[in-house]
Amino acid sequence: MNPQTIIARRIARELSSGMLVNLGIGIPTLVANHVPSGMQVFFQSENGLIGTGSVPEDGMAHPMLTDAAGQPVTALPGASTFDSAMSFGLIRGGHLDLTVLGGLQVDQAGQLANWVIPNKMVPGMGGAMDLVSGAKRVIVAMQHTAKGSAKIVKKCTLPITSTRPVDWVVTELAVISFRDGRATLLETAPGVPVAQVVAATEADLVIPDHVPEMVQ
Amino acid sequence: MRTIALERSVAMIPDGACLMIGGFMSVGTPERVIDEMVRQNKRDLTVIANDTAMPGKGIGKLVQAKLVRKIIVSHIGLNPETQRQMMTDELEVELVPQGTLVERIRAGGHGLGGILTQTGIGTPVETGKQRIEVNGKTYLLEIALRADFALVQAFIADYLGNLSYALTARNFNPIIAMAADTVIASADNIVPVGVISPDHVVTPAPVVDYVVANA
Repeated sequence: MNPQTIIARRIARELSSGMLVNLGIGIPTLVANHVPSGMQVFFQSENGLIGTGSVPEDGMAHPMLTDAAGQPVTALPGASTFDSAMSFGLIRGGHLDLTVLGGLQVDQAGQLANWVIPNKMVPGMGGAMDLVSGAKRVIVAMQHTAKGSAKIVKKCTLPITSTRPVDWVVTELAVISFRDGRATLLETAPGVPVAQVVAATEADLVIPDHVPEMVQ
Repeated sequence: MRTIALERSVAMIPDGACLMIGGFMSVGTPERVIDEMVRQNKRDLTVIANDTAMPGKGIGKLVQAKLVRKIIVSHIGLNPETQRQMMTDELEVELVPQGTLVERIRAGGHGLGGILTQTGIGTPVETGKQRIEVNGKTYLLEIALRADFALVQAFIADYLGNLSYALTARNFNPIIAMAADTVIASADNIVPVGVISPDHVVTPAPVVDYVVANA
């Protein structure tokens, strides 16, 4: 299984019926492909849509029905649309059950950096700061390392997205929790030894006596 | 509300004006008005909007034509030209978290001095801003934004200027329609009064100054 699928499938296991969920672009988007059949999850797109569906079939796209990257989407039965003030009221106001975002770095206190590499890449924060500050639960979906260097670090060197720590990071190697200000190894991916996770992680990890394998 | 020809609607915008422009990655952006701004070479603009779209689309056309002096936006990631002009100091860019940006505009249009939000605390966004404690929680004071003109794109306008919007083309449009001295709306469809039922009017006619005649 490729790394992205391992991550997306594991995060999809955290979904349950009736949840309102916001998925960032990149790996997080893939989580929507793994919703168990029969489960109704409301996916929000922060440009003003709840009930985001899959990519439309050829010829069925509408120029005014798009995702947060401006790409055509469909809307599922029960969908609703609204303005940007409502969209971020949902995000900050305690209505959003889960946000899944990409990350550049996460440090051992759970602080996330994902919106800027100074003087190199300046995309802007878009909705990321509101999402991390406001969602009930924050999961970062990212590859464990970038070109061999650790992304789960002792202290973020990039500007952070929020002082609010994320709840989990899910990578192709592991699930790490950041409860109580510590990075704890919760699960390893199938066939991945704990030592491999530790070697690929710069942050100090708390390793419980028993670390189960990720259920896929 | 008055109807106005496209050319005249843009002619009343002076160089150096501060504009709010609707749209999210160009979806819900008044493209005809933008094209006319480029044609009339309106310069030195300040633009407040969610993003600068991509090259060749929406606000991206204004950036490409170097008509913009300053932008206040949440995201420029899909427009390499905006990033290039920012790096070379040709364009001043103020990045604002999206939820904060829309609330600052809403405050400006609703008679409020600003809003309190936890978003941005402890990040570069906090620089130069005041912290305020309310009921044991810490917030940032984010001040209201207003503009000289709002360029709004609606799905339906009636002859009086009542507006309704479609799907994800709504985004910032009804918010900016409240926050500018002069509101110029264009619409995909212009229809008789009564076609939009009162419950479906999102922007009421009295806040709209001009509806741009369709071609």
